[in-house]
Amino acid sequence: MFDTLILILDSTVRLSTPLLLAALAGLYSERSGVFDIGLEGKMLGAAFAAGAAAAVTGSAWIGLGAGILVSIALALVHGFACITHRGNQIVSGVAINFLAIGLTALLGQDWFRQGGRTPPVTGDARFETLVLPFADALREVPVIGGIYSELLSGHNVLVYIAFLAVPFTWWVLFRTRFGLRLRAVGENPAAVDTAGISVTWLRYRAVICTGILCGIAGAYLSVAQSAGFIKDMTAGKGFIALAALIFAKWKPVPVMFACLLFGFLDAVAIRLQGQQVPGIGEVPVQAIQALPYILTVVLLAGFIGRAVPPKAGGTAYVKERS
Amino acid sequence: MSEQLAIELEGIDKRFGAVQANKDINLKVKKGSIHGIVGENGAGKSTLMSILYGFYHADGGEIRVDGKTVTIASSQAAIALGIGMVHQHFMLVDNFTVLENVILGAEGGARLSEGIGRARAELKRLEADYDLKVDPDAITGDLPVGLQQRVEILKALFRGADILILDEPTGVLTPPEADHLFRILRVLRDEGKTVLLITHKLREIMAVTDEVSVMRRGEMVATRETSKTSMGELAELMVGRRVLLDVEKTPAQPGAPLLSVEGLNVRDARGVDVVKDVSFEVRAGEIVGIAGVSGNGQSELLEAIAGIRPARSGIVTIDGTRIDLAAARRDPAEIRSYGLAHVPEDRHRMGLVTRFHEYENAILGYHRDPACGRGAFLDLDAIRATARAGIEKYDIRPPDCSLKTANFSGGNQQKIVLAREIERDPAVLLVGQPTRGVDIGAIEFIHKRLVALRDAGKAVLLVSVELDEVRALADRVLVMFDGRVVGERAPETAESELGLLMAGATQEAAE
Repeated sequence: MFDTLILILDSTVRLSTPLLLAALAGLYSERSGVFDIGLEGKMLGAAFAAGAAAAVTGSAWIGLGAGILVSIALALVHGFACITHRGNQIVSGVAINFLAIGLTALLGQDWFRQGGRTPPVTGDARFETLVLPFADALREVPVIGGIYSELLSGHNVLVYIAFLAVPFTWWVLFRTRFGLRLRAVGENPAAVDTAGISVTWLRYRAVICTGILCGIAGAYLSVAQSAGFIKDMTAGKGFIALAALIFAKWKPVPVMFACLLFGFLDAVAIRLQGQQVPGIGEVPVQAIQALPYILTVVLLAGFIGRAVPPKAGGTAYVKERS
Repeated sequence: MSEQLAIELEGIDKRFGAVQANKDINLKVKKGSIHGIVGENGAGKSTLMSILYGFYHADGGEIRVDGKTVTIASSQAAIALGIGMVHQHFMLVDNFTVLENVILGAEGGARLSEGIGRARAELKRLEADYDLKVDPDAITGDLPVGLQQRVEILKALFRGADILILDEPTGVLTPPEADHLFRILRVLRDEGKTVLLITHKLREIMAVTDEVSVMRRGEMVATRETSKTSMGELAELMVGRRVLLDVEKTPAQPGAPLLSVEGLNVRDARGVDVVKDVSFEVRAGEIVGIAGVSGNGQSELLEAIAGIRPARSGIVTIDGTRIDLAAARRDPAEIRSYGLAHVPEDRHRMGLVTRFHEYENAILGYHRDPACGRGAFLDLDAIRATARAGIEKYDIRPPDCSLKTANFSGGNQQKIVLAREIERDPAVLLVGQPTRGVDIGAIEFIHKRLVALRDAGKAVLLVSVELDEVRALADRVLVMFDGRVVGERAPETAESELGLLMAGATQEAAE
């Protein structure tokens, strides 16, 4: 029983990682007042770029870099449309999602001719698991051994980056000048403007942060969790991340717990596949797979109270003509 | 004695499209003085100050600060020159603490911990020097507006401002809060700061300034020493002709009650009781004014009587028709059919659809009237004729009913609403903030029109946050505080006494 729990938690960590990275990515942008439903598209673009670059160069790190660059590029497109040209943020986000779905499939087929996949990556082209010090020695110690050696040790470097990004984001947001201004511009951009700070430049920096984290999330999917890019491999994770962000009311630590919850549901769903559930019998795979999504709807609809978004979110800043 | 000038403007021009907002403006502001700038809405005061604060760029002209010619390309540049601004709409982040708001943009280092201790000490010093007491750890949005304004002043002083611009600072304040603000301004002046006070309230200019400049239609028309001028002269300069500041009216001759309200209770969407057990009546041929600081239930009171907002309980009788507001959801059209008309407080949100043509707004809410058409179809010729009649009678300019309503000035927009509501000959008129954002010429017209309605034997219920307006128009004044009517006074009652009531001083204490 304990072992099963550890196994489920272990896969919870793996499944939460891309959600966590994407949700934190969204946090930067949305806290600055730029809504971003294009997390999904940026992740997908980054996953493809990372898979392709890693397959071609044989280096997972170059893959990661390529993923981040592509994701930043897409984030800048969003910024150019919404910040510079004051376009509608939702429309721009949707456009980026479609762009990513189409382009990754098209370029993948054109470059690799494997039905939209990138060639499988192995060895150095993929992020390998790290074994924490003394993990082997402690494996036999009851309880602690299981938690340390199985749950905490044995993940790839991107998992650790994702979880370290939580306290880091908190620190940036609440303990630095940039964070103070970022929060201010999402609530009242006019206050930032009259304080002599450029709203435009601040929001651009925020969407670049979003690009970096979405890039890591995408690379995690194609060169860490899986061995290569598969068409549409994000499968709605960007939207789940967005739900987690709202669920957590745009705060870094609650974002982590929200992502862990969604990851946990996913892990349970995988675990339950093909198993006999007492009193119900075998539950159809589809129903189990739908579980995380159903819970998302239920949680969002009833259990979180009022989630108040950053006040200036969704609107471009225009200097008022008095 | 050669006095030092803090600010010197020469030939400032600014144009927005076809509108010349500032035309060849010259202004000299002495160091260590309080200098008032008055003018009607749209006279270009705010534009001029925005240029001085680097928010807009002038098309031409020269700005000298402390004798040196400068270009102010951004707010940052203005701050560097020691110019600070307290905006009419506060530039504060509501969910930040006072301290966070003060340091925003002047944090003193990439990590907040570097500057925050210093900022705290500096706030303490400013508090001691200028009597500006605010808790630095309070959440800004929870503070009353008077304190929020103090945070704005602290923000400017924290950035080392020597010249402080205040744009319509008293619009949101109670009279005691405004008096406190003026005390602060005098202390600032005595400490050597220069204060520029933008307002359209002449009383404030007389109370606090050393010198005053008057703007009219984008031009600077005069500068006077405050002690050597009068409200009458300034008002004349503002509008370019003599105006009557007092409304001429004969004593009221009240008849039978046309509107009576009994036991009205309203709870808002947040679950807060905003109107508590309010009862009163308005008789034929009288204007009853409701005074109060905005946000004390007056808006909700009007909306509940008009049927826009559901009431928890309350009986309203309009011209003999008894309506139990709690019994069923009342719709405004039904209540209107009993003889009530409503000029809502916020004409943009409720009174008008500004993107519609003027003639469409002239029948808004009355489109089912047989005069406006038959069945599903509108009779546009008849509607335009109605609109033209209103334009003529109410001197609405420009006199063209096919223009978009957004193209009319605030005063003319308000006249469109008044024409629509009054010309249906209602027994009872509810009117909220009739002259908010309206220029002096139109104010005079609107006031006369309301008095004429009274003299025609109608009942008028007036809600206004401008105490002067309530006192000038009303025959009886009810004061609202925290959802209750806390007192009834004659309009001649001293302003200080009304102010105390408005500020929530208990009834016993005020009596």
